Amino acid sequence: MSESASTARALEVGKMRRLQEKTSLRSLLSPLLFMAPAIVLVVVFFFIPVVIVLVISLTDMSTATGFNNWKWVQFDNYSRIATHPNTLPVLRNTLMYVALTLSLFNVGMALVIALLTTHIPRRSGFLFRALWLLPRLTPSVVYIMMWKYVAADAPYGILNQHLLGPLGIPPTNWLPAQPWFFVILTNGFIGASFGMVIFTSAIESIHRDYMVAALVDGCSLWQRIRYVILPLIRWPLLFVTTYQTLSLLTSFEQILLLTEGQFGTEVWSLWAYQRALSNYWGNFQWGFGAALAAVLVLIGVVMALVYMRYFQFNQLVHEPKIEAL
Amino acid sequence: MKVKLENLTKRWGHVYAAHDINLEINDGEFVAFLGPSGCGKTTTLLLIAGIYKPTAGRILFDERVMNQVPPKNRNIGMVFQSYALYPHMTVYENLVFPMKLKRTPPAVMKERARRVAEMLGIGQLLDRRPGQLSGGQQQRVALGRALTKQPDLLLFDEPLSNLDARLRLSMRAEIKRLQMDLGITAIYVTHDQVEAMTMADRVAVMKDGRLQAYCPPDELYDRPRTLFIAGFVGNPPMNFLEVEVVQRDGVYHALRAGFDLPLSAERGKQAAGRGSVILGVRPEDVMIAEEGITGEVYVVEPLGRDDLIDVRIGDVHVHALADPNRRCRVGDRVHLRFNTQKIQLFDPKTEQSLLWT
Repeated sequence: MSESASTARALEVGKMRRLQEKTSLRSLLSPLLFMAPAIVLVVVFFFIPVVIVLVISLTDMSTATGFNNWKWVQFDNYSRIATHPNTLPVLRNTLMYVALTLSLFNVGMALVIALLTTHIPRRSGFLFRALWLLPRLTPSVVYIMMWKYVAADAPYGILNQHLLGPLGIPPTNWLPAQPWFFVILTNGFIGASFGMVIFTSAIESIHRDYMVAALVDGCSLWQRIRYVILPLIRWPLLFVTTYQTLSLLTSFEQILLLTEGQFGTEVWSLWAYQRALSNYWGNFQWGFGAALAAVLVLIGVVMALVYMRYFQFNQLVHEPKIEAL
Repeated sequence: MKVKLENLTKRWGHVYAAHDINLEINDGEFVAFLGPSGCGKTTTLLLIAGIYKPTAGRILFDERVMNQVPPKNRNIGMVFQSYALYPHMTVYENLVFPMKLKRTPPAVMKERARRVAEMLGIGQLLDRRPGQLSGGQQQRVALGRALTKQPDLLLFDEPLSNLDARLRLSMRAEIKRLQMDLGITAIYVTHDQVEAMTMADRVAVMKDGRLQAYCPPDELYDRPRTLFIAGFVGNPPMNFLEVEVVQRDGVYHALRAGFDLPLSAERGKQAAGRGSVILGVRPEDVMIAEEGITGEVYVVEPLGRDDLIDVRIGDVHVHALADPNRRCRVGDRVHLRFNTQKIQLFDPKTEQSLLWT
């Protein structure tokens, strides 16, 4: 009797243990299962391409070698970059382009628009912001074509014929004369809308009591912006700065369409594109282009780390309130 | 400083947030704006602060018209329900922020902040950030920030609503005492009638943007001028019964099915012959007695000091406060006696009192 009872209990215990093992395995698997689609996307579209670029950058692969006759060249492409006469000017161009577009438009103008349109009646503010989104919605080619009409060579162009001509300013080939002005303007008009949207929502979500308190405490509108609004939207400010730095570093299509890198407006990503995919002589230097791209990725990573460190992002993020799985 | 509102009106589209408000606040007086949410009390406060511009009417500080004066030139201290302490500043920086904007000399700033912090018992918190403080401490700092600038007028926007019940009680007394000592004219917005009654010298009751009454708390309680005030002020709330008042053998009676209450002549004659009127009586003026109007105990709610007894008389319920020692039980038949000196009578159409104007 007691023997059969203990056997029954042993059986029971075994069953429970198997059940426990099953559940622990399941509890391990289910988060992975949920994340699987995201993991697959990240690996296939983000991670593997970076690896491929790094691998190709160690070869002399080009249209001339094709996919069969290429060979490993180790870090030759990188030492070529280090000694290339274009490297320094292009790097300088890139930094200037990023710094000016970012500060004047993607953050500066975005902040000005957000502040202005949140201090006027809601409906007008909304309308103005909607208008400012138009360049972003316009296909780049159409958008740049319009700018080319504006800045067309003498004696044509809206600037020459209609805006500055009547003022007695002699017609000029505007693009060659002021290439950076137009490169930054064309990029900035589009770029500002991103920060504009983010800053606007951040400003509008500041509790009304802060806004009232600031005025009652004696702030002028300007002082309220300086001492209350800006500190309270610090996180979106830093986020837009970081994000837009990285996206400007790798952006080139506006410059490609506007100047093709002429008149000294070649930036790093455009250089990589032209070497790897759009060579004048028809020899696409995939290996060299990949090395250029890899350097850009490195610059981006370093910048991101510097920003994260300098802005202390982790201190601005709250612990999640949702319990872990 | 005296504050005067003349025909003050604020309209948003077709909605009147404040409608033709007239009231005067004396120097050093503590006035509460009382009303349910959406009644326009906060809008009126923000009009006084200068955040909103009036659609019509005038705001006067002493004899000066303030309509076009920006908030920063009104020398107002304000305390909010959400505290609204700047999270990126320390307690000290919060306290001196208004003075910093006025370019007060640093020595003066420091001294005033120290004095206020000491007065409010937050001296040891000066280096902390608002996020590191409890709700009660934050509210003290907010109060301090309003006081350091030495305002002519203090505005409170439901400052105690986010605090727990016990803390609310002690802060209530503290704010009242502080205001008395400093003698600063104060306006206190609240939806809590207990706060309004206990703290204010005069209470302005608002409903739908209109001023319903403006009088001392006891008058509000004893002589409510509208049905709304009678129902809103007092806890537990007043009982309302639809009755008809008739004169029989020289005595006025309030009648309804199963209910016959003799009224005093001075009150009864105001309602007699008007058809159906609304009779109001507070639970503390209804007593369980040996004889009187008969009813059945429906619910007993022990409140500690008293039992709140819900008595059903025919098809209406009347709340009465009873001695817990009476041990009323659900289903008991009881008799109710009414304090006829405290009976209120209202016109059901205009909702105005028939006794007080």
